[in-house]
Amino acid sequence: MAIIRDMISGFELFQPTAVDDAIELLSRYGDDGWVLSGGLDSFDWFKDRIKKPTAVVDLTNVEELKGVRISSDGVEIGAMTTITEVSKHPHLLENYSILAQAAGHIATPQIRNRGTLGGNLSQDTRCWYYRSGWPCYRAGGNVCYAGTPTSMNREHCITGASRCVAVNPSDSAPALIALGAQFVIRGPGGEKIVEAQDYFMSPAVDIQRMTVLEPDELLTSIRIPTTWSGAGFYYEKMEDRKAWDFALMSVASAIKMSGGIIEDARLAVNGVAPFPVRLEVVESFIKGKEPTDELGMAAGQLSLSTTNAQPLRHNDFKLPLMRNLVRRSIRGTEG
Amino acid sequence: MELWRKLANPWGQEVLIGISWNLMWAAIVFGLGFVAVHFVWARAKANGTPGSDHAESNSSEGWNLPVKILRHAMSERVFHWLMSATMIVLLVTAFFPIVGVQFAWVEIHWIAGLVLAVTILYHIIQATVWQNFWAMWIDKDDIKAGKLELNNILSNNEEEAPKAGKYPVDHKLFHHAASVSGLLAIATGLLMMLRIDTWFGLADPDRVFSDAGWGVVYVLHGLGGVGLITLVITHIYFAVRPDKWWITKSMFFGWITRDDYLKHHDPERWVVGKKEAPGQAEAGSNDSGLTYSEGNRST
Repeated sequence: MAIIRDMISGFELFQPTAVDDAIELLSRYGDDGWVLSGGLDSFDWFKDRIKKPTAVVDLTNVEELKGVRISSDGVEIGAMTTITEVSKHPHLLENYSILAQAAGHIATPQIRNRGTLGGNLSQDTRCWYYRSGWPCYRAGGNVCYAGTPTSMNREHCITGASRCVAVNPSDSAPALIALGAQFVIRGPGGEKIVEAQDYFMSPAVDIQRMTVLEPDELLTSIRIPTTWSGAGFYYEKMEDRKAWDFALMSVASAIKMSGGIIEDARLAVNGVAPFPVRLEVVESFIKGKEPTDELGMAAGQLSLSTTNAQPLRHNDFKLPLMRNLVRRSIRGTEG
Repeated sequence: MELWRKLANPWGQEVLIGISWNLMWAAIVFGLGFVAVHFVWARAKANGTPGSDHAESNSSEGWNLPVKILRHAMSERVFHWLMSATMIVLLVTAFFPIVGVQFAWVEIHWIAGLVLAVTILYHIIQATVWQNFWAMWIDKDDIKAGKLELNNILSNNEEEAPKAGKYPVDHKLFHHAASVSGLLAIATGLLMMLRIDTWFGLADPDRVFSDAGWGVVYVLHGLGGVGLITLVITHIYFAVRPDKWWITKSMFFGWITRDDYLKHHDPERWVVGKKEAPGQAEAGSNDSGLTYSEGNRST
């Protein structure tokens, strides 16, 4: 008998106005609590009755989590800043256009108006076995339904799998990794700062979490240093249709040039692993070289070998896709 | 207290996933509780019978024995410590992530499990082919000794129990409990390797069992694992107890002293020396070195 899933299970709704109050609530409810930012990930879960939290902590009224703050050290973006604001902010467009560009590729204008940067970074994976309520590893079970030889796994990962083969769906994550961003996390023990690439959790470490956030912690802001301000940027998102779709794969690069030579570079791809992947070996490889197409091809090939990329049953196409996106991200930047 | 973890599939059917982690805590509490109770009991007993730990050993009269008696050959000691190391690695990689110490544990876990499986296989072959397989078997004398010792504990009697062969009855019981838990964890663990990418192939989770069948495999693996928690806690406790140090030392150096041998073992059941004719009493011992014998009557 089919299960009807159109009514959200009951929960207690809290709408704190301060971060500390939100953290206190999350500490109180632990694993039974749920952080609601834009709601675009949360309401899917709730309406499908797959996640049934006891308490939902809505951050909409926490003003200190909103807005873009510019300083001499760079820029700090509150986790509750809408994606629309990130994609249209003049300072970001001028200095960190790769982030604005990535934000502009997220979903649709309506979703960008409601969705937040913190939510986009912290959202759960879109593996449909998991999202459909299968008792997989990520749901606390003991199998990956997407990883079998007969599974539908076209969108799944080609590297970084550890039992779970789902990918991280965030469009903004690779851009922030390329910009050398730091994520500010606040919990009962105070504040801590992690590098962008360290914010995301490998399933080898914890298969039930996408990020390092503990149940009583909040991502409060994203700090972007001036290091890469005004560098040559490249962002590309490959998707099955040109709007309102999750990425099959995305790439972001920040490259500093000096006299036609790559002086420094940061590259990240998403949609290849359960977490966004920074390509440090490729970064080292291209430094001191001209950004030619030949270099791009070699770097693309290196990105596959260095990540030990292996396709699943239905996603062989991701190998040439990754190779070509990395190639284009090197060839296509303007220093 | 929930014993099993179950999850619902999209049709609302419950699928068995594994044991509840409550059982892990129960195993830890039970192991530590046993240790605490035994510690208090042993202390009270030692206070009540001063000098009992220093009771005189049996005379070596009638036996031609060396000063040091080999209890564990080098191959057995290497096996023991290799098994211990892999067991600790397995328990740490299995249970630390559950209590919040997070690291990439899966690969370490299955590799350690594979090493354990190989060492156990070696041990089974060695014990069957080159050693006296029945030395670890519980016989009538062991049952009698066990009953007497239990009776002594419960009634506070001091009736002397028959001495053990090479392995005392409590060691045999521990060995058999560890065998059941260990073999259960190993057999199910080897099956579970089909569900992850290993050196031997990519994950093929649908192979062999249905979801429900795999649930049973995970439950058995979990039961074996939590059983080993209790067993390892108690084993380490006894290994570090001063009154058992003479045995622990033999796992490092291989030998026990002639005095310990005569104090704790029955030379008729663990034969390591030759019985002398009545007229040869002056040669009651020899200090010339190490003797080792599995012995036909070594039990």
